[in-house]
Amino acid sequence: MQNNVIITNTNAPMRQDFAIIANWVKPKGKVLDLGCGDGTLLKYLRESLSVKGYGVEKDDVNWLACLQNGTNVIQMDLEDGLSGFEDQSFDTVILSQTLQAMHNTEEIVLEMLRVGREIIVTFPNFGYWRNRIQILTGNMPVSKTLPYQWYDTPNVHLCTIKDFDNFCNNYKIEVLERKVITDGSDVSIMPNFLGNLAMYRLKASGK
Amino acid sequence: MQENNSIGIIQAQTAHFNAPLTLKSGAILPQFDLVYETYGTLNADKSNAVLICHALSGNHHVAGKYAESDKNAGWWDNLVGPNKPLDTNKFFVIGLNNLGGCHGTTGPASINPSTNKPWGSAFPIVTVEDWVNSQALLLDYLGIQQLAAVIGGSLGGMQALQWTLAYPNRVRHALVIASAPNLTAQNMAFNEVARQAIITDPEFHGGDFYAHGVVPRRGLRIARMLGHITYLSDDVMGEKFGRKLRSGEIKYSFDVEFEMESYLRYQGDKFAGEFDANTYLRMTRALDYYDPALAFNNDLSAALQQATAEFLVVSFTSDWRFSPARSREIVKALLDNERTVSYAEVTAAHGHDAFLMPDAHYHNILRNYLSKVEV
Repeated sequence: MQNNVIITNTNAPMRQDFAIIANWVKPKGKVLDLGCGDGTLLKYLRESLSVKGYGVEKDDVNWLACLQNGTNVIQMDLEDGLSGFEDQSFDTVILSQTLQAMHNTEEIVLEMLRVGREIIVTFPNFGYWRNRIQILTGNMPVSKTLPYQWYDTPNVHLCTIKDFDNFCNNYKIEVLERKVITDGSDVSIMPNFLGNLAMYRLKASGK
Repeated sequence: MQENNSIGIIQAQTAHFNAPLTLKSGAILPQFDLVYETYGTLNADKSNAVLICHALSGNHHVAGKYAESDKNAGWWDNLVGPNKPLDTNKFFVIGLNNLGGCHGTTGPASINPSTNKPWGSAFPIVTVEDWVNSQALLLDYLGIQQLAAVIGGSLGGMQALQWTLAYPNRVRHALVIASAPNLTAQNMAFNEVARQAIITDPEFHGGDFYAHGVVPRRGLRIARMLGHITYLSDDVMGEKFGRKLRSGEIKYSFDVEFEMESYLRYQGDKFAGEFDANTYLRMTRALDYYDPALAFNNDLSAALQQATAEFLVVSFTSDWRFSPARSREIVKALLDNERTVSYAEVTAAHGHDAFLMPDAHYHNILRNYLSKVEV
């Protein structure tokens, strides 16, 4: 059942993550949150920005939590793509701290760009200095943002900020905005070394 | 489920309608009765009514018993009752037998007032649209303007969907379970085999078997056996019966050898003894014909534009007769129209039958959804 594990990180940096996402979402816009967990983000966006939100969630327990907090939630596996959603039918499509757990990583980002006019992708930066130190001392990193052992982690595609920048460059994805934060604070100097959580607002080039 | 949250002893009621009803086919029913049951209490502003639409072989007896000695309670008794997922402390629940049925509502076995004989083959073909129209008349009769929710599985889910299209202002929530926006060719093919089994039974007499004092039992039996195969998953049949032998050893005969055969024959016999063949033909035809997208150039999104209700769509992973993919078509059409919709794909082994099973997660979904429905 490892595939059912969805990261629903509810510690302090996640709240910060919400506030930044809210700044990037159009008030009263139409938002799709992929791997929406218990629907907390959508609830927050609904209450603060009156968005029309839909969540996609695979896990039964999270799905039920979404229903309980009044979030529209579609049960499906993101690994199958987004064929149930029309091209450019959402103002914003969000993938919050789920990218690293996806197998079809390229496909989901491209699908998000197809369905959303803009997309928001956030992920734990594997290049964060604490992770690097743990690697240097000979262990796979375990931290608040990566709270798993190597043998039980759902994270299969961890990347650094530099890796993701290259990915966007290769796929001609336009980076509209990038924020890097550590423990709730902005990181502007050496983000790939000092930043814990990377957040991107993106759109397909030429749109 | 515990005995203490049973709805208890209930009684069926009959509503008589004198005004002629024009059916989708153009045929006119001069007058008709609808048999129904209700559970719970209609509140003062009549805002807590929930309609349950039945599937192929269902009827108005959804919950409770007619007498303590009844062996079985209603067909969806695990769902409906005090503190059950569809809580009769909160809701006023209505179950009815659809037109063309054989449990008291006017149908092929009823007396045709113009001949004083059973309708038989002369009873018109009824459709999902006709059923929903007649259900709306029943609501009028009960003084209910708007349903808090309509709920149905399979063919019942089609009626729930149709409610949101035909009467968008009269329904706030639709729970469409193990259903589809139309039948696939394969699904219709099963219906055709079932009908052929009935129609070619020598005792069918073109549908007018009542006058001959016989019933096309063989046909009905085979139709039901076929149905049962398609309502279960391969896995569940394997688990339930596997290759188990009835008597423990092979007898080299065409009698019941395997447990599975015993089950199918039992189900077939039971059904043939209590269900009307003409009703079965009409129920399967209603399934075949339902296709709300047809009038919209096969564009389901365009068809569902009329729906304004909030939706819960549920499918079951092992249901191959009404597969999750078909439910997802409904969900997509609702999303295209920016409707309020949630969709659950329940992991269940029981195939199409899963929608009637008291699976804990499935019932939790319904319980939670219904608890949010305002009355």
